[in-house]
Amino acid sequence: MLRGFPFAAPNVPEGVEVLPRKVRRGAAYDSSWAREQPARYARFFIVEGPMRAAVSTLASPTRKGLDRLAGLRGPLIFAANHHSHLDAPLMLTSIPQPFRHRMVVAAAADYFFGNQVTAALSALAMGAFPIERSRVSRGSAEQAAELLEEDWSLLIFPEGGRSPDGWGQGHRGGAAFLSLRTGVPVVPVHLAGTDRIYPRGATRLRPGSTTVTFGHPLQPAEGDDARRLAVKIEAAVATLADESATDWWGARRRAAAGTTPSLTGPGTTGWRRTWALGDRSGRTRPARRTWPEL
Amino acid sequence: MSPPAPRRPGHEVVQGRAPRPGFVLEVDRSTPSTLFHHGEGFRLERLPVGSRIVYPSEAVPVLRHPEEAIRQALLQPVGQDPLPAQLFPGMKLTIAFDDVSLPLPKMRRPDIRQRVIEAVLDLAAEAGVDDVHLIAALALHRRMTEAELRHAVGDRVYDAFAPHGLLYNHDAEDPDNLTLVGHTELGEEVEINKRAAESDLLVYVNINLVSMDGGHKSTATGLSSYRSLRHHHNVKTMQHSRSFMDQHRSELHSSNWRMGKVLRDAGLKVFQIETTLNNDTFPKPFDFLQKREWEWSARDRMAFVAATSGLDRMSNRMKRNLFQSIEAPHDMTGVVAGEIEAVHAITTAKVFEQQLVPVSGQADVVTMGLPYISPYNVHSIMNPILVACLGLGYFFNMYRGKPLVREGGVVILSHPTPWEFHPVHHPSYIDFFEQVLADTTDPVEIEKRYEASFAEDEWYRHLYRTSYAYHGVHPFYMWYWCAHALQHVGAVIIVGGDPRAVRRLGFRPASTLPDALEMAEDTVGRDPSITHTHAPPLYMADVS
Repeated sequence: MLRGFPFAAPNVPEGVEVLPRKVRRGAAYDSSWAREQPARYARFFIVEGPMRAAVSTLASPTRKGLDRLAGLRGPLIFAANHHSHLDAPLMLTSIPQPFRHRMVVAAAADYFFGNQVTAALSALAMGAFPIERSRVSRGSAEQAAELLEEDWSLLIFPEGGRSPDGWGQGHRGGAAFLSLRTGVPVVPVHLAGTDRIYPRGATRLRPGSTTVTFGHPLQPAEGDDARRLAVKIEAAVATLADESATDWWGARRRAAAGTTPSLTGPGTTGWRRTWALGDRSGRTRPARRTWPEL
Repeated sequence: MSPPAPRRPGHEVVQGRAPRPGFVLEVDRSTPSTLFHHGEGFRLERLPVGSRIVYPSEAVPVLRHPEEAIRQALLQPVGQDPLPAQLFPGMKLTIAFDDVSLPLPKMRRPDIRQRVIEAVLDLAAEAGVDDVHLIAALALHRRMTEAELRHAVGDRVYDAFAPHGLLYNHDAEDPDNLTLVGHTELGEEVEINKRAAESDLLVYVNINLVSMDGGHKSTATGLSSYRSLRHHHNVKTMQHSRSFMDQHRSELHSSNWRMGKVLRDAGLKVFQIETTLNNDTFPKPFDFLQKREWEWSARDRMAFVAATSGLDRMSNRMKRNLFQSIEAPHDMTGVVAGEIEAVHAITTAKVFEQQLVPVSGQADVVTMGLPYISPYNVHSIMNPILVACLGLGYFFNMYRGKPLVREGGVVILSHPTPWEFHPVHHPSYIDFFEQVLADTTDPVEIEKRYEASFAEDEWYRHLYRTSYAYHGVHPFYMWYWCAHALQHVGAVIIVGGDPRAVRRLGFRPASTLPDALEMAEDTVGRDPSITHTHAPPLYMADVS
């Protein structure tokens, strides 16, 4: 009979102190294996194969501002607005070489690393590593800084989570802190259109078009602290959003005049915030005919 | 928290070893065969022992942070107030920029003009300037297509201005949009684009690929009309420019400077921005073209063999498409802004730093391998007139002091010289070739008898204004560009060219280089001294 020990877990003798189980989930997940060479090869094929095909089919991306990254070397921090689970694959297939295949993604420890399966898949397919978004974690920040110092570029969504209502959220200081800590420039990126394809809470995908706009890398200036730099990054993303929606010259003029439309929307609540989204909400009339057939 | 030592955008570009200067190699028995450009192809030729080969210098170091350098140039100009101090709300700002003829080959994105124009517009936005026009300063060249404009100024600028009619090509035949500003002391009419003339500030964005570019020539030529251009684009000016690449001995330069002074005295305020490039001309896999032959690696040799055998199997059209798609990895070596003459003096020195190669003495015979591109056949066909202009106009004039070839010597060009013309870009070239050159090749005669009829032809004018055609008079200017060389040399031989086309040009065709050298002996005698110009990459011979 194949029952009991050693075919089943042993009983613990009474009176013996049980060692705490090593937690391998959440912020404690060790994703370093995903940065070893075999995993990198696998990720190369995943990103360039099924991920790129899926992104092209679902999101038909238009990529703008890549010339602003021409000639750059070394690691960069890409900081983008965040509306959808589609954002990370869209970014991973849009970021140019030489950064694309030496890239890690800061992913929510509580969401992506909640169990072994999603953690392993996230680490393998996206190069994700866990970062705590609910509290300031020295461990997460240290790990991110070490990776930057090892020449890994970082994709981070400074809003800390997907937009709940179509408007952006205020930027947290993670990207700014890392830039100040390591001296690595931050590339602001604006993603438009993913909220219409797969917004938070959606149950099905609605293929559409997206625009990825890369900005000029931002360098921490003398006297900048994390809060001030985060504000600059947020303003740069807002300007890119304006540029993406209108044109570059108009966006530059509004940026200079301090009248760039806010990413976070009006300070109202309820239906007025949704109303202010206008066409951007992506909520269209249902195709189903509501008028009775005569 | 204070930031650590900055890792600037782009970080530090490794410069490697210092670039080697250009030099003159004397051919001996151990010298490998020498690369000759040959249109959309190449040839390896054995030059006689004792010949000289002039090699250009290697690419000089580039600016590590071009965006920052541009901003500094705008904030700390020479001889003028910083650009932000010259910008104010309600002003008329015009930004003119060089057209598709620069640089060669076109540079990979982002184009240098885009970088500069975006920096200027950023400052204009900060100053609250609303009234901005962008003009491609193309004089009598063909209009730039949307794709070419997008490449030059970038999609962001194009999408922001072109749909509103604020980004456009200069029209040198639009009487409503030209202004006669005045006359020089020699009676030369100075007529330029009306919008530029009436602006509170004209910002001119230059690419100074060779020493002739920039200075007062930018506005006085780029934004002018035929009425104005004819005063310096003529045979007399060209024959008195020794050479037009050397501003101290160039009548072309002097005339433009006189016109520039008229513009300045009339109150036109120009903020000149000049940029210089290194001579990193060919991307992989064609980078062997800018190496010295004895330094070709196994990979380079394989690339050469693959390229030549592949090109042999292609049609002319396919070859042109392939070569015209090349985007040079040029990078910016300098950017200077401010007062025109002060800026141009600095830029010219920077161009010379890259391009000057000292050469001792002239030669009886000079050989040149002509590449697939000249300033006037970008995305087009290099017709026989442009072959002549590239060899005898540009390459011949790339000297300071004395021409590389002695007076009465022979120039041997290597180019297929097909009897082919681009019917959209070069309509008047076809008639010039068929009618004018069939009659005479003497530039003076041609100017006297034919120029006016082509320049004032309504059909050519219509094509220039509404299609993508060079102006009716443009082939004449190409021929005048050759006037100094035609006056100076005893014979011109083209190796590997279409014999009919070569003879129509008034030159002699040869099948091979040894044949051409033997034919040259008829003019310069036996055992002539031979010098080969190993270009591109471009260089300028400083002949003592």
